[in-house]
Amino acid sequence: MFFSQLGFYSLIIGLIFSIILFPVAYRDLSIVNNAISSNIFSILSLKLFFVFLSFICLIISFINSDFSNETVYNNSHTTKPLFYKISGTWGNHEGSLLLCLLILVFFIFIFLITSRKEPKKYRIITLLFQEIIIIGFFLFLLITSNPFNHLFPIPQEGLGLNPILQDPILAIHPPILYLGYIGSSIILSSSIAAIIQNNVNNYWAKNLKNWVIISWIFLTIGIVLGSIWAYYELGWGGFWFWDPVENISLMPWLCLTALVHSILVLEKKSLFETWTLVLCISSFTLSMCGTFLVRSGILNSVHTFAHDPSRGIFILIFLFLLILISLIIFFFFHKEKKIKQKNFLFSKETSILLNNWFMMYFLSVVLIGTVYPIFLEVITNEKISVGPPFYNKLLIPFLIPFLFLMSIGPNMKWIRQNVKLLNVKLILLFLLSIFLSYLILIKTELNTLFGSVLIIFSIYLFFVTIRDFFIKNQINFSQKISHFGFSLLILSIIMNGIFSREIITNIKVGEKYEFNNGTIYFEDINTSKKKNYISIVGIFRIKENNNNEIYLEPELRIFNQPIVVTSEADIKTNFITDKFLVMNLVKGNDYYNIKYQTKPFMIWIWLSAILMCVGASINFFKRKQNEE
Amino acid sequence: MKNKTLPISIIIFLAFCFFVFLKGLSNTNNYIPNESLGKKIASFNAKNFFNEQEINSDELFIEKKIYLLNIWASWCVPCRNEHGILMQLSQNDSIKIIGLNYKDNLDNAKKFINEMGNPYSKILRDQDGTISIELGAYGVPETLVIDNNKIILKKFVGPLNNQSLKEIKSLIR
Repeated sequence: MFFSQLGFYSLIIGLIFSIILFPVAYRDLSIVNNAISSNIFSILSLKLFFVFLSFICLIISFINSDFSNETVYNNSHTTKPLFYKISGTWGNHEGSLLLCLLILVFFIFIFLITSRKEPKKYRIITLLFQEIIIIGFFLFLLITSNPFNHLFPIPQEGLGLNPILQDPILAIHPPILYLGYIGSSIILSSSIAAIIQNNVNNYWAKNLKNWVIISWIFLTIGIVLGSIWAYYELGWGGFWFWDPVENISLMPWLCLTALVHSILVLEKKSLFETWTLVLCISSFTLSMCGTFLVRSGILNSVHTFAHDPSRGIFILIFLFLLILISLIIFFFFHKEKKIKQKNFLFSKETSILLNNWFMMYFLSVVLIGTVYPIFLEVITNEKISVGPPFYNKLLIPFLIPFLFLMSIGPNMKWIRQNVKLLNVKLILLFLLSIFLSYLILIKTELNTLFGSVLIIFSIYLFFVTIRDFFIKNQINFSQKISHFGFSLLILSIIMNGIFSREIITNIKVGEKYEFNNGTIYFEDINTSKKKNYISIVGIFRIKENNNNEIYLEPELRIFNQPIVVTSEADIKTNFITDKFLVMNLVKGNDYYNIKYQTKPFMIWIWLSAILMCVGASINFFKRKQNEE
Repeated sequence: MKNKTLPISIIIFLAFCFFVFLKGLSNTNNYIPNESLGKKIASFNAKNFFNEQEINSDELFIEKKIYLLNIWASWCVPCRNEHGILMQLSQNDSIKIIGLNYKDNLDNAKKFINEMGNPYSKILRDQDGTISIELGAYGVPETLVIDNNKIILKKFVGPLNNQSLKEIKSLIR
């Protein structure tokens, strides 16, 4: 009760500080010196304190199971373990928005502290634009999704029942993802400020790049965590489903990935100014667009939060206002500099530009696949669903030239490369890749042209990125690791796609089932009584032709009142392959229906994504070191 | 001044997107997982609200009528809003409404029924909430439309409104 009130009033105080900041900052703009007035810092610190207090209050309400708070009532339950009560704070619409707000306020504070060497006006305009976003979030929270709504009469028990969301990975997945989304807001604000100040230059790019890398790292980790959760907890036997909400996190990711590369050109060569600005503006816009699509309930998806059209309208208006302001500023203030430098076909800039074009293509495919069903439904009232075949058809053919360019692009020099098209070692590597792909292909029934060529090029890229570690060239170490991570990711995904096997059969205790590569023995069954269900654990021994033996123990839970059966898969993970077994009851006899899947290189998909982040982090910390 | 075509066309395009999204918001349809639709409802045992008698769900859906299984509670605010619609539906002879009282204090629940009227032909109690979980309920209120073969025809998550009233009436014919 008390904490809900405290949290609510702290939020209002925070909003007041945000508004006060405008006149204070405006007055500071006219003072000619190079330090930002300490008033601004005090206001920001106070605001940070109050928003933080409000967030803590919400956490306390969750811990106390204070069901007079509507958010707690909707999303918690007295029997939830403490850890999940806390993580439940941001596992819902209102709490997660409060967390976003906290991150927004925190990031602008960090920005002001770390940007001391940059022009004062630029910093203040960034601050003001960021405040517009922050006020938008404040109003959104207070008007449409107040986390501290009061309920009377006070319910005795909360509604938070969904056990699927009680998972340690899911507890940290949202905050990390938000760090990525919100990080891109700083990119937007500071690029707006740079446009107004006509400050778009390599020094600006160098500083902004830190923010780009941070946002990129968090976004990547956030996406990977979500994907790991879907694989282990949902047990659907996959890691990416082209679900709209997954796509929504992928869009800013593609945009940021393009930005990481183009901002490098701006930093080193002062090229692609306009293009980089467009990417800066798009990355936050796409994040907001994602928020709109998820939170308004306009899309149908597993992630959809409670829907309330008024929320949708609010975010929609806010989103388009932001886009409109950004565009107006962009068109009015941005003056393109005339560049006298010639562009050469074979140069690092060109290869990065091509990389960006491909990223934009992938982005458009994902964007269209996600948004087109909405447009179609509104205009023609026809419902369609866009699934994996659409993405596979449109993405795979274009992945081939992309992988090829990625294997030659990074080795090019700035400005101009004298092309030696015939590098014997590279050609040998290429032939080796063709040979290896041939070996792989004869082991599978894959016979599509694009698929086969894709394997050749992904293996080639893999070899080239490994080779880069051993030779001296212009690629720095962090980039080598990231690119190696990416090639490993693509390779693992492809291998996983073509080598996954699935066996479905009905089997009785004591029986065995022989398949191509081995035999499944159904050894035994253990039944035990648990608190509110009966647990049946099947013990399966799987003997492969190479004499490898593993035991898998999938479980069936039969809830007794009423009789409902749930099945828990057993997954054995190792470095080469994942083995996945799930069983189900067959009504009316002793048979069990089992599904046995082998999924090679699953763990490498996660590891390679982490490797990409490691590369980016090395870059980030090295830059920090160089600055000092 | 620079060429104005580009900014103007971008703004026109954005305005178009804006209105499409705005329109899309108003056709918002709740996300109902399809798995449960068209399947038989799980059978369960529950106590009768008024006399504590044990009832098996198999005995409930026998007559050739359309059944609404409505999960409600006296402390649930949206339940009050939908109660009028339930009362209206209860006038219809081809519909039978069965209430499932979710985690409620019996006295409060009885007060609720006395105060607001009783649209239910039968009320069952779900004291610890397990029945609702097993039925795959997301929260309170929730309404399942079931036929006399115990097949789930439709599911309304959240309070019923005039739109859902129309949909239910269209199912009767």
